Amino acid sequence: MLSVFKSFINKVFLSLFKKKRQLKIGLYGPPNGGKTTLANTICKDWLGEEMGSVSNIAHETREVMIKEQLNIKRNDQELTFNLVDTPGIATKIDYEEFIRLGMSEKKAKARAKEATKGVIESIRWLDEMDVVLVVLDATVDPYSQVNITIIGNLAAREIPVLIVANKIDLKKANMKRIESAFPQYPVVGISAKYGKNTDQFYEALFGVAK
Amino acid sequence: MVTIQLIPYSEIEGLSSVGRIRKILNIAKEDKIVLLQGRLSKEEEAELIKVTMEEINSEFKGIELAVLDPSSNLKGLAKARDDLANKLLGTRSGLTIVGPASVVKEIKRNPHKIELLTHKSSSSKKKKRK
Repeated sequence: MLSVFKSFINKVFLSLFKKKRQLKIGLYGPPNGGKTTLANTICKDWLGEEMGSVSNIAHETREVMIKEQLNIKRNDQELTFNLVDTPGIATKIDYEEFIRLGMSEKKAKARAKEATKGVIESIRWLDEMDVVLVVLDATVDPYSQVNITIIGNLAAREIPVLIVANKIDLKKANMKRIESAFPQYPVVGISAKYGKNTDQFYEALFGVAK
Repeated sequence: MVTIQLIPYSEIEGLSSVGRIRKILNIAKEDKIVLLQGRLSKEEEAELIKVTMEEINSEFKGIELAVLDPSSNLKGLAKARDDLANKLLGTRSGLTIVGPASVVKEIKRNPHKIELLTHKSSSSKKKKRK
């Protein structure tokens, strides 16, 4: 009885004095899906500056990056949030793959080490998110366990999800495959690199974040 | 040669999440493929990935993971019945496959089948169908 009373008092006091938490929108997905490219597109559209570097080699983003106080407008609506770009989630990281892509052994080992820490950070940040954009490469088979685990964990935490099927400018892109893999979630197709379909993307973002 | 170790649900039933993950990962680190009866929870899957990342080094490159969940297509009353059965008896239905990345190249899946592809250095290429 006492604990229920304490919990009630805490809730009342917190709601009275705690500053309202800023909405956090996270970018999640496997490596090389285009999370940072999408973050850059959003930041360029609304702040006029990029967020992070991109590369064709996987695990370019190895630390969580945050762009605070992004304010986007659409018709009469306005949305202010912190954009959180996370390292790609993977179940394996092999430094030898980086060597095959032309890196020195020392650099490849360091990149692999940082990448493993990045994956751990991404998973830790899941609890902090209010809305998540799951960025998938539309040319790649979406039925991977990493995608299923990410989306399943978001569902378990009741975090709203928008699936972004990226790279639709490429011939191999197959949006229908993503839609049929995750029929319970809204899917929007874009090319973050070329800014294709960003209008539909922002419309979908407002839909899921409001 | 590829070694597959089958783990019945009864072996993990009494274990905590940490214990389940430790058991699976220890076997995978012995270069064996784990076939676990039942499935891990979504939180346990994420934790398994996290612990795997903590243990990656020049010898251990990580894992390939696939969790088959026959209840994912259930709806309405059938889903509610399945959820209740899982709460009472544990998540015995389904199958969890965990292979070390040094042995398993890829686990391909779609709603109808699952294919487990091993590296060329392994003596054979295996295929499993759901």
